[in-house]
Amino acid sequence: MAIVINGSEYPVPDDVRVSLLDLLRERLGLTGTKLGCNQGGCGACTVIIDGARVLSCLTLAVQADGREVQTIEGLAASDGGLHPLQKAFIEHDGFQCGYCTPGQICSAIAMVAEFRRGDPSYVTPNLSDGPKATTKQEIRERMSGNLCRCGAHNGIVDAIEDMLSGGAV
Amino acid sequence: MRSFEYRRAADRTEALSIAGTGARYLGGGTNLVDLMRQNIEAPAALVDVSRLPAEIEDTPNGGLLVGAAVRNSTLAAHPAVRTRYPMLSRALLAGASAQIRNMATVGGNILQRTRCAYFYDAAGSRCNKREPGAGCDAIEGFNRYHAIFGASEHCIATHPSDMCVALAALDATVHLSGSAGERSVPLLDFHRLPGDHPEIDTILQPGEMITAIELAPSPAAANSAYRKVRDRSSYAFALISVAAGVEIAAGKIADIRVALGGVAAKPWRAARAEEVLRGKAPARELFLKAADAELAAANTFDGNAFKVELAKRTIAAVLGELTGAEA
Repeated sequence: MAIVINGSEYPVPDDVRVSLLDLLRERLGLTGTKLGCNQGGCGACTVIIDGARVLSCLTLAVQADGREVQTIEGLAASDGGLHPLQKAFIEHDGFQCGYCTPGQICSAIAMVAEFRRGDPSYVTPNLSDGPKATTKQEIRERMSGNLCRCGAHNGIVDAIEDMLSGGAV
Repeated sequence: MRSFEYRRAADRTEALSIAGTGARYLGGGTNLVDLMRQNIEAPAALVDVSRLPAEIEDTPNGGLLVGAAVRNSTLAAHPAVRTRYPMLSRALLAGASAQIRNMATVGGNILQRTRCAYFYDAAGSRCNKREPGAGCDAIEGFNRYHAIFGASEHCIATHPSDMCVALAALDATVHLSGSAGERSVPLLDFHRLPGDHPEIDTILQPGEMITAIELAPSPAAANSAYRKVRDRSSYAFALISVAAGVEIAAGKIADIRVALGGVAAKPWRAARAEEVLRGKAPARELFLKAADAELAAANTFDGNAFKVELAKRTIAAVLGELTGAEA
C-alpha cells in the first residue's frame, strides 16, 4: 500500500477517512496544494493523478493507493527552474494573492493534455471533430472548475493561451 | 466524518460478497465523500468499486454498453458517444468541472443525491429526504432550483444529473446486480418521485449495484443535442436543461425524444410534448405548442415559476437547432 507522490513513495494512512489533500498538507508537509472549500467547489486542491486532474479534497488517500500523484511541488525542474506555465503566470499577472495558483497550474497542465488529445468541451462546436482552436472561450470553459476570488481570470487565461500557442508543455 | 470500514473490490463478484446489504459502493466519491464529511451520509462500510473493469463496448444490435465504473470524462470523449449519442456527450460535458468529471463514475452519477440547500444544511434546516418526518424548509423557502413536476408535500428537490437527462431521452437501460441475481430496468423507472418517502431516491435494493448502462441505436439519438440553462455559464447546476433527439423522414418528425432536467426528482421525459410533435412537419409554432402541452402540468412555487417559460423557450430552441426550423 503506497502512493507515489512527485516520484517518491509514501505509505497509505491507516485512517481511511484521511483525504489525499490532508495527507499532502498535514502529514507530508506538501503545503503547495491548497485547502479552499473542502467540498469540490473551488479547485484550489487540484492535483494530477496518473495524468488526470482531480480534486484532492474529495479523494480519500486510500483511493490513490498504487497511483502516481503530481502536485505543484513536482513541477519545477530538478535545478529549481520554473515550469514554463509558472513563468507564463508571472508574465501575465495570472494571480494576486496566489492562493488558487497551484490548483490553477496543475489544472491547466492536465487541461492542455486533454485539449491536445482532442477531447471536446461543452463549448466545442462540433463534437465529432473535437476542438479546433485554442480560443479563450474553450480555455474559460475548461478551467471553470478553478475559481480565483482576486479576479485574475483574464491573466490566467492569457497565460494558458500563451503556453498553448508556444507549445512549451 | 464518522469512521467506516474500507474494502476495495477487484471484480463484481467480490464487490457483491463484501458489500452484503450494509455497505455502500464507492465510485469517484465526488458526492458520497462530501456527504460523509458533512455527516449527512454515514455508511458503516464502503466497498470501492472504482477499479472494476470499465469498458465501453458495441452491442450486437449497434448500441453501446457502458460499464458503471467508466469515468464521466472518458464517456464524454468516446468517439462512439460523440457521433452516435451527441446529446449524451454534451450533457456529460455540461456537468460539474473537468476535475470532477475525471473522478465521477457513470454509476455514481446516476446515484448522486439532490443538491437542495436544505438537504445539505443539517445544522439549520428541516429536510424530509435527510430526516424522514422532519418537514421541508424548501417549500416555503428559497426554491429557485426546485421541482415543477412530480413534487410532493414532503419534498420538492430535483435530481442534479445532466447525464441522466440524456439517458432518459435515449431510453437507456440500467443493468443491476445483487444477491437475488441480475435485473435490468429502464432508466426512466430507476429514480423515484418523492411521494411519502422522499428519503428513497431510487428503486435500488440494499447491496444491489449498478453494473452498466445500455443504449439502443437510433437515428434520433445520432441527431441529438443537450442545452443547459444556468445562473452562470459553466460549473453550475441546471435551472432547466433539455435533451432532445429528432429523426425527420419525408419532411415529418418520425421519431422524437425530449427530456428535461432541473424540473423533478428524476429526469423528466416530456411524453406529452413528444405526442404533439410525432408525425408533424417541424416548425417553431409546433415546438411551442408541444412545450405548452408538457408544461401545462407544471406546479410551481414562489421562487421557480420562471422555469415554465424558460423550459418552453429552451425546448423550442433545441428543437429548432436540430431541425433547422428556427423561424
